[in-house]
Amino acid sequence: MNNKVIQVEGLTKMFGDFAAVNAITFEVEKGEIFGFLGANGAGKTTAMKMLIGISIPTAGKANVAGFDVFTQAEEIKKNIGYMSQKFALYDDLTVKENIAFFGGIYGLPRKRIKEKSKALIEELGLEKVANKLVAALPLGWKQKLSFSVSIIHDPKIVFLDEPTGGVDPITRRQFWELIYKASHNGTTVFVTTHYMDEAEYCDRVSIMVDGKIEALDTPKKLKEQFNAANMNDVFLKLARG
Amino acid sequence: MKRFIGFIKKEFYHIFRDKRSLFILFGMPIAQILLFGFAITNEINNVDIAILDHSKDATTKEIIAKIAASEYFSIKQIIEKESDIESIFKKGKVKAVLNFEKDFSKNLIKENKASIQIITDATDPNTANTISNFVNAILQKYQKQLNKKITIVYQIIPESRMIYNTELKSVYMFVPGVMTIILMLVSAMMTSISITREKELGTMEILLVSPLKPIQVIIGKVFPYIFLSIINAIVIVLLSIFIFKMPVQGSLFLLGLESVLFIISALALGILISTVSETQQTAMMISLMGLMLPVILLSGFIFPISSMPFPLQVISNIIPAKWFIIIIKAIMLKGVGLQFVWKETLILLGMTVFFIALSVKKYKIRLE
Repeated sequence: MNNKVIQVEGLTKMFGDFAAVNAITFEVEKGEIFGFLGANGAGKTTAMKMLIGISIPTAGKANVAGFDVFTQAEEIKKNIGYMSQKFALYDDLTVKENIAFFGGIYGLPRKRIKEKSKALIEELGLEKVANKLVAALPLGWKQKLSFSVSIIHDPKIVFLDEPTGGVDPITRRQFWELIYKASHNGTTVFVTTHYMDEAEYCDRVSIMVDGKIEALDTPKKLKEQFNAANMNDVFLKLARG
Repeated sequence: MKRFIGFIKKEFYHIFRDKRSLFILFGMPIAQILLFGFAITNEINNVDIAILDHSKDATTKEIIAKIAASEYFSIKQIIEKESDIESIFKKGKVKAVLNFEKDFSKNLIKENKASIQIITDATDPNTANTISNFVNAILQKYQKQLNKKITIVYQIIPESRMIYNTELKSVYMFVPGVMTIILMLVSAMMTSISITREKELGTMEILLVSPLKPIQVIIGKVFPYIFLSIINAIVIVLLSIFIFKMPVQGSLFLLGLESVLFIISALALGILISTVSETQQTAMMISLMGLMLPVILLSGFIFPISSMPFPLQVISNIIPAKWFIIIIKAIMLKGVGLQFVWKETLILLGMTVFFIALSVKKYKIRLE
């Protein structure tokens, strides 16, 4: 069996003459936590959009969860979860209603949604606010809920686009515990982030600079390669060229 | 299908939990219909007038009695001299003054003519016009009575009759217009806002990454508004029938079908607006400026199209509301069937198809 859940080869996205993503090539293994790093405007989000099937690549090859991004975008969508930079639950729906809605659009049977909803609320300790509008929750809770909702259909891969923007270190730590748990359960995690300390939590990281992947390895090896004390230094060395 | 139902359920949560939406959806139609029906009207009722009678003879007394007896006027004051006319207008006490010349009866009998001056306050030109028309009508009626006694050999008596709205009730004219505005507002503005809202919140992205097809997302977003617009149309028609006793002559079924057609064209416009605007504010501004103003000003709802300058008349043709108003006026007031409005219906249908095609195309471009 093929253990590579994402295979990308020479993937390119052109906007006019500008190559937002310039022939990137990488692979992600099943169950891996793959950090996708880069400065703002380096092309992270564009690359991710191609992988999740809402942007058509200009050139190259990409296979996600066993499906081709050019021809099988609909199949890909059934097998992935996605959490965007913007907090994306409905504020005017309750916690339970949000869970039911997202479970519903992924086609989970009603019974399964009920079980999932109960388990999820318990796991996140949201029993008291389960019937409250999401608007009333603190940002950190919303983000954890948002992540749990994005993997409600047990996807093969979950794509997280800067999921921890604007939350405190403790919540970020808790958030990463959720990510580890998902990874432990066999879900591959593809995460973009600005926080270099988070990069250390990843199994492997790639660093994008100006549309190209300039480095790709485990955090440990990258630090050795660039002779840096931490990922932050690695990043700075790369970004400055 | 089950996914779809879940989606629609969610849309209804959004609508019912937002006081602003609720107000626009349910408060506005009722408020508008009542406002147009009761407050904004071209009719006159018990208008205060003053009389300046220089002759005070049998004829003038008879005429004054007739005017006083009509429901349109009430005689507020009898003035004695010309100089009082201006001051009474300035005080704003009356809307009109009837000035009978000296020796009214005598002139009438001797010279076969006598004159009355009708002076109206034209700061409100519509009312002034109506008042003078109504006074004229009363005078003519009186004249006819007099002439019965005397035989005049040749005479042309114009007899005008207003049909389809015999009582000249302005509410009959406003109902089709208000219905058009409300349907446009609910369908186009509310959908464009609700779609851009998802864009603004970032949930649209999540929906597009989900297995839901874009077309399902759009249909799911507009379906509740089709439903609510139909309810609104029904409420408006019921209000006009039961509160304003407006007779709906034509087939309610045809009226319903035409309304659905118009609703769909408005929804397509709403989707179109949402594809070009990134925020709810933009969507609202475009809807108000780009849709509501033309609907109010150029559809023939308030200002008759035939009296517009030619360029505006041409422009009015591209406004779906114009055709819808023609259609529903014909159905509601004239009671005609499809054979009389098929041309307008076809135009509306053509526009609807065009807007749908355009919005689908635009929507696809956005998804790349």
